[in-house]
Amino acid sequence: MSLNLRKEPDIKYVRPGDAACPGCPEAMGLRYLGMALGDKAILVVPAGCSSVIQGIIPKNSYHFPTVNIVFAAGASTAAGLAAAYEMLGKDAVVVVWAGDGGTSDIGFASLSGAAERNDNIIYICVDNEAYMNTGIQRSSLTPYGAWTTTTWKGKREHKKDLPLIMVSHRVPYVATASVAYPHDFIAKLKKAASIRGFKYIHLHAPCPVGWKFDADKTVEVAKLAVETGMWILFEYHNGVLRISPPSRPYMNKEKRKPVREYIKLQDRFRNLRDEDLVELEKRIDETWNWYMMLEQWTSREQKTLE
Amino acid sequence: MSVLTLTGNYAVAWAVKRARVQVVAAYPITPQTTIVEKISQMVENGEMNAKLIRVESEHSALAATFGAAIGGARAFTATASHGLLYMHEVLWWTAGARVPVVMAVVTRAIGPPWNIWTDHSDIMDQRDTGWIISMAEDNQEAFDLTLQAFRITEDDDVNLPMIVGLDAFILSHTYAPVDVLEQEDVDKWLPPRKQLYVIDSENRYSMGNIAYPKDYMLMRYDIERAMERAKKIIEKVDREYGEYFGRSYGGLIECYKCSDAKYLVALMGAWAGDAKEAVDKLRENGYNVGIMRVRFIRPLAVEKILEYASGKKGVLVMDRSISFGSAGPLFIEISSVLSMNGKPPAMKGVLAGIGGVDVGYRDIMDIISKFVDEVEERGWFVKRQEWFFSHKR
Repeated sequence: MSLNLRKEPDIKYVRPGDAACPGCPEAMGLRYLGMALGDKAILVVPAGCSSVIQGIIPKNSYHFPTVNIVFAAGASTAAGLAAAYEMLGKDAVVVVWAGDGGTSDIGFASLSGAAERNDNIIYICVDNEAYMNTGIQRSSLTPYGAWTTTTWKGKREHKKDLPLIMVSHRVPYVATASVAYPHDFIAKLKKAASIRGFKYIHLHAPCPVGWKFDADKTVEVAKLAVETGMWILFEYHNGVLRISPPSRPYMNKEKRKPVREYIKLQDRFRNLRDEDLVELEKRIDETWNWYMMLEQWTSREQKTLE
Repeated sequence: MSVLTLTGNYAVAWAVKRARVQVVAAYPITPQTTIVEKISQMVENGEMNAKLIRVESEHSALAATFGAAIGGARAFTATASHGLLYMHEVLWWTAGARVPVVMAVVTRAIGPPWNIWTDHSDIMDQRDTGWIISMAEDNQEAFDLTLQAFRITEDDDVNLPMIVGLDAFILSHTYAPVDVLEQEDVDKWLPPRKQLYVIDSENRYSMGNIAYPKDYMLMRYDIERAMERAKKIIEKVDREYGEYFGRSYGGLIECYKCSDAKYLVALMGAWAGDAKEAVDKLRENGYNVGIMRVRFIRPLAVEKILEYASGKKGVLVMDRSISFGSAGPLFIEISSVLSMNGKPPAMKGVLAGIGGVDVGYRDIMDIISKFVDEVEERGWFVKRQEWFFSHKR
């Protein structure tokens, strides 16, 4: 799908003067969201960085109608909004914009509930891989070996494979995206908006403050995550999982850049030992195998059905 | 008039149907469950045009109800006990957002140990949240209050959410005749959904981002002023409902035989029925007592309490829950008001019926007569706590 960003609406969905840190991937992602969905998007924001980026009452830097809500209630509040709009015949796309904590940890039950009920919403997890808003504490989406203020010597557990858990809910649409690939993200958002039922998009969002890299390197780091295979872009729709074009070259392990290139830009991995790197690499291969197997298997299933 | 024999829970479900609620989100918990079961049945049978969200928790139940309400729909939920505690933070959020929502709370004790019987600990725990909080005495009142709650919460002067409380089992699962009114009459009385603001793609508002302390405090002040205005609206709605349908309850407080009484008993909920019987019997025995039935714990009817208790010799407060380390919450509330009086009456707080301990009219007769005898004998006193563990008869 070809997409010209210049042809997308010129409205600024995150207005100048927002309270985001320099190099913030969330503000970037929100702009792409505005480009993709325009004025139809209604934001539900559970507690997190995106609650703060809006700025201070009575002003708000978001051009989206926005419902802020308590930490664990992103998906459930959105489900209520979507139900109201359906009953009242209002045209809108309800979008949850939540962090990894609000999605994978405290908000997980309500996310899973909304997915199982197939509530008509788009749920976006903006994954900066830790509790950044409270000052960089580990989450279940923090990768193995990463320093946080609650894992001073590096996290000992791996990142939860949340996108795959969402695929297991067999909802109409699941995708992963990255702030370094706006075309891919916008195309996925547009596709999600055209589908009725529950849609989940997991947006990889490197945080300069929490990952400890220079604020001008957000896109570079995000891109390296894909190029090293640490983050896999895929789409799951109509029961078929397919690796997305930006990630397809890396199905071939030889083409992946060494993980070290990704790690070395981020000071959060400063205590990573050689054996930790091996552990990370092992995990990357494992994850790729899972996803490639799923692509093969689901597309074959689909053909058999046809 | 359209009288059916209904449990308290079914009466609530009927009121929800009559109010043409558009979105219901709820999670089962004893003894609330039959409300949402009944509503599910009504929706699935096509008797009720609403969307039901069968959520995975109470936290989500109120969040979804709040979401639907802020999106412009008339929304309802129901819960009890631990469910109410689990949704506690969303209660604050809903009131803070000034979004009208109606919730039935079938009052039930809190564990441990597990206990499914009535107790007011759950509902009393919500007094600070900014919700209007009421308690019904019988099934008919549960129906009427639920219907009135939509008028009250959606009033331009209010825009606050409201709880309709009813005691577990004593009302929730006990059948009694209930006038569920005719739909066309209710439609004439209850206007379509109104609210302060709606958020959708046309109404491009934002709710709840960070506020500096001064603005935050002003918003808190606004909620308090709305609570104050709600007192008048509650009285008005009760009066108008009476003119329209023939049933009024006295607004914030029902005064039963209290104008000529020397002693008053203050309480809330279903056992007020037993208390009324006790008062009737005691009056035959020369005890000059009346009842101040608190229908709304929030907003608290400060002026009415002062007025009704003025010149009384003693006020007895009966609580079905305790604020550990202090006293029964209703006693705390009532005594704080009565101490504004230059010459407060004698006061006693009795803790009874906790965790569903059965308290009958004869128990209440004993509790009241003991208090009256004590005051007559000793003169003025204040006793914050006296535990009544029920009689074996």
